[in-house]
Amino acid sequence: MFSKSIRKDHYGYLFIAPFFLIFFIFGLYPIIYSLYLSFTDWDGFGQPVLVGLQNYQRIIGDFFFYKSLFNTLVIWGVSVIPQLTISLILAVILHEKFVKGKSLFRAVFFFPNIVTAASLGLLVGLIFSWQTGSFNQFLMSLGIISDPINWADKPNFMRGLVSSILFWQYFGYSMIIYIAGLQGISKDILEAAEIDGASKVKVFFNITLPLLSPIILFQVVTSIIGGMQIFDQPYTLTDGSGNPDNATLTSVMYLYDTAFTRYQYGYGSAIAFGLFIVIVIFSIISFTTMNLKTKQGKA
Amino acid sequence: MLQTSVENVRDKAVKRKKMKLSHIFIHLFLILLAIICIVPFYIMIIYGTHTNADIASEFIFLPGQALLENYQSMTENMNIWRGFLNSLIIAGCSTALTLYFGALNAYGFAKYKFRGNKILFWFVLATMMVPQQLGLVGTFRIMYILNLLDTYAALILPAAANAFAVFFVKQFIDGTIPDEIIESARVDGASEFKTFNKIILPMLAPALAALGIFAFIGSWNNFIGPLVLLFTNDKYPLPLLVQLLQGYYGTNYGVQYLGVALSVLPIIIVFAIFSKRIIGSVAIGAVKG
Repeated sequence: MFSKSIRKDHYGYLFIAPFFLIFFIFGLYPIIYSLYLSFTDWDGFGQPVLVGLQNYQRIIGDFFFYKSLFNTLVIWGVSVIPQLTISLILAVILHEKFVKGKSLFRAVFFFPNIVTAASLGLLVGLIFSWQTGSFNQFLMSLGIISDPINWADKPNFMRGLVSSILFWQYFGYSMIIYIAGLQGISKDILEAAEIDGASKVKVFFNITLPLLSPIILFQVVTSIIGGMQIFDQPYTLTDGSGNPDNATLTSVMYLYDTAFTRYQYGYGSAIAFGLFIVIVIFSIISFTTMNLKTKQGKA
Repeated sequence: MLQTSVENVRDKAVKRKKMKLSHIFIHLFLILLAIICIVPFYIMIIYGTHTNADIASEFIFLPGQALLENYQSMTENMNIWRGFLNSLIIAGCSTALTLYFGALNAYGFAKYKFRGNKILFWFVLATMMVPQQLGLVGTFRIMYILNLLDTYAALILPAAANAFAVFFVKQFIDGTIPDEIIESARVDGASEFKTFNKIILPMLAPALAALGIFAFIGSWNNFIGPLVLLFTNDKYPLPLLVQLLQGYYGTNYGVQYLGVALSVLPIIIVFAIFSKRIIGSVAIGAVKG
């Protein structure tokens, strides 16, 4: 029997081959080709012309690259901090025994996460539109304002609006993951602490939080990777413009715009790799600082 | 003695009252947050049933009677059902590929101890951390080379290499499929692929069902993919088609609300049916990762 199963083991390659074939064609090749293109000048017609590091030099002096990166970081930061904290509080609350209707709350909070992001951007754009938006009319019907406000004209407000959409879409998702983490913490530890007379707040900070730290790290890193790629919501919210004053132009919007509406495929690829380097740096920073913190906590 | 116990009881009663009050506040907070979550969807549905004149004049919170009117003016310029069909074809085929090849790959990794198994599996996991936009321009290029630009296939074929699916199904196989089943199939003389297709695949049904919902929703919601790879309006999936509403009906808000509502409706239906399963799988996928 044993020798028989050893003889079959090479079949494994056949089982994994289709996946790897597709991955090399549609996953790996595009990345390598983009890397190559980032050293070229190519307008989509004819052959790409090698230009060395020219595109990367251009990035270093490109105001819009920094601006879009800044926008992305602000939009991401403003959404992710409340996302990861409020969802943790909610997870702890919904993990308590006394709360009624837990599964309903979980479902309602999670729901926006699976709704088409592009459609949500469009919807929020409609709600906050100037003359006919329901938000203005709501404020007017309450007498808070007398004339409709042109929100689309206010850079910080629009950035905040994109952050709000992201928060709205992701706090429920984070909460579900925290809850799963909480369910993994042994009840004995928590009960022992409560018998010793520790308050709920103390238990949270001294037991729950340290035990959840791997999950918090997971959430931070995945939110960096996801957050740096924000595209759908600001794109549909501003009809692809990134206005007002390019305040909602995210890095991926700038990449899309450069490559696919101005046909500078070489420079667009360089932007993609520039963004990737930023993502890697941020991931490493968050990884090391979180690891240091947990090590200090243990020592 | 008696006195202290009475005090104790009183103490506890006070504590319980305090707790109750905090409980009420917590429930109020949860309800408020739930309302905030739902209000935009409520507005979307209500406003889709109003004429532009209604919408322009005041804040509305009750349904109107212009649903049919809005629908008719939408279908004058836009074949929304064609969009439905496109989305359904793309998401349906993508899901099928993701499930079958994800399961095939996961089974290969889980049950065959070939050389390089571990390293290759880590490689698959690592690809999950690579941002997709990195290869956006290159994807456009390979689709051009393969003559797949402006076809459904450009959006469907890459779905066969879904790393998360491999990871998810492998977890399930490791936990539920014993080696003995495969051994006995071999003794019976079944070929390796027949064993997989006839015996293993049906056993994976619970995992594939959960995964299938995610794959379908993910493909349905995909926006930047079709934006880059499709050029013909007739091939646009719903999210892209709805985006065009702004251009066609810049000032007709009722129609735009209705379009957004229609693009989201299938997701609402899927969630209403499968919410427990969806939420359960989110947790499994994330925590084990």
